[in-house]
Amino acid sequence: MNRRGFLKSAALGVGGILLPAKDSDASVWEAFFQKHFREMNDKEKKDVVARLEIEYMQKYKKRITVKSTPALPNVLYGYGLDLSRCIGCRRCVYACVTENNQSRKPQIHYITVLQFKQGEKWVSDLEEAKKYYNAEEVPEAGHFYMPVQCQQCERPPCVKVCPTQATWKEPDGIVVVDYNWCIGCRYCMAACPYGARKFNWGEPEIPLDEINTETHYLGNRPRLRGAVEKCTFCVQRVRENPGRYPACVEICPVGARKFGNLLDPNSEIRTLIETKRVFRLKEELNTQPKFYYFFSL
Amino acid sequence: MNNKLIYCLMFCLTAFFLPLYAEALDNSTTDDIPKYVTTKPEFTEGLFPCSSCHASMEPNRQRRELGFHTEIQLNHAQKQRWCLDCHDSSNRDMLKLANGDLVSFETSYNLCGQCHGNVFRDWKTGIHGKRVGYWNGDKTYYLCVNCHSPHSPRFKAVKPMPEPAKPQDVNKVQSTSLVEVGGTKLSIPQYKGRIK
Repeated sequence: MNRRGFLKSAALGVGGILLPAKDSDASVWEAFFQKHFREMNDKEKKDVVARLEIEYMQKYKKRITVKSTPALPNVLYGYGLDLSRCIGCRRCVYACVTENNQSRKPQIHYITVLQFKQGEKWVSDLEEAKKYYNAEEVPEAGHFYMPVQCQQCERPPCVKVCPTQATWKEPDGIVVVDYNWCIGCRYCMAACPYGARKFNWGEPEIPLDEINTETHYLGNRPRLRGAVEKCTFCVQRVRENPGRYPACVEICPVGARKFGNLLDPNSEIRTLIETKRVFRLKEELNTQPKFYYFFSL
Repeated sequence: MNNKLIYCLMFCLTAFFLPLYAEALDNSTTDDIPKYVTTKPEFTEGLFPCSSCHASMEPNRQRRELGFHTEIQLNHAQKQRWCLDCHDSSNRDMLKLANGDLVSFETSYNLCGQCHGNVFRDWKTGIHGKRVGYWNGDKTYYLCVNCHSPHSPRFKAVKPMPEPAKPQDVNKVQSTSLVEVGGTKLSIPQYKGRIK
């Protein structure tokens, strides 16, 4: 046996052992050889979605629809958050968890509400913030609040570092993750200056009666252990036509959250950028977030 | 020579189009709101229409301890105003502007906007206040009075929802429960014991 022949047969043998031969129904094979989402044509996307819906049916005993709606043309999503109004009530945190099927245990939250003491150094030093405040009532006197979530950067450092290109920026500006291609290396978490990416350390757990059955492939479909996830501006909601507001916008009791199309000069997000005092978090890093904090008072 | 001609032409064109441009700007800043749906004001049950009681009552402009409406604590520039500065004395089911015009309770923003002009402007463009619906379609505006009590507009403090679990407490999430907030059910964690 020559060297080439030996290597060939060894590779085949090892491959044969590694492949999931035992429970190799078609779906496992298809999942194993699934193409990159951006390289799939419409038919392939449809097949993958159909496969996932069957898998979820078996797993959750519930009909979960998975959409793969592409970005709307001439849309670039932008988000505004009024720091003069936010009272730190954390309604947004749990509206997000419920809408986006985040794991309840281990716990994953996309939105972190930070509490700052008035008059202290704050925006360049988020480490000073209190994240676990638990007052009887908010807002607490002498404090203000700043919710932080994915800033949907125009130059996202998380995308740059991903070794498998499992995360990318969509044409409408939303940075998304393909959970099936994520290998869980967590480079993106290290690269993100906003702490916006979350890792599924364990098998994600959601009570069956709390699952949101309207999902998107790039958004709130059930996640896998070992995959990274993040805020997608509720891609499953905003890409409908007409598009709904993200869940956090709709729940905010003080109306501090604004959302719209940056390319539409009459949208509320453009109006607020043009008429209010606006800043973006850690602007000096040149990540160019599309998440604008502003002051209305 | 040639240049001069071009400049002259440009000037003429500008002079011609500028008034048109100004007109277009004017149209875009009209004060109409009805483009979007506003929500209904919330009345205490059984109180509206006001005329069902007040029609047979003599208007009393006296600043006094109210015998009925005792839940109203006026805390909104109370030194400058009393009931009939905003409520109309002859048509009790309407509100009254400073100039004497009557507005309905459904369009009470016209009344609020008299003093809070900046906020009114922001509300019309969607920067102040809450909107729900579609970012590129129909929206529902919340009225001023849906969030601010007109008699005591400052927001009341609320109980915050549970803090996130600290890294050392990941296993203390016992279960979750659904809590209804403004018509939406939210999944709230229940922690084992008290989290340090």
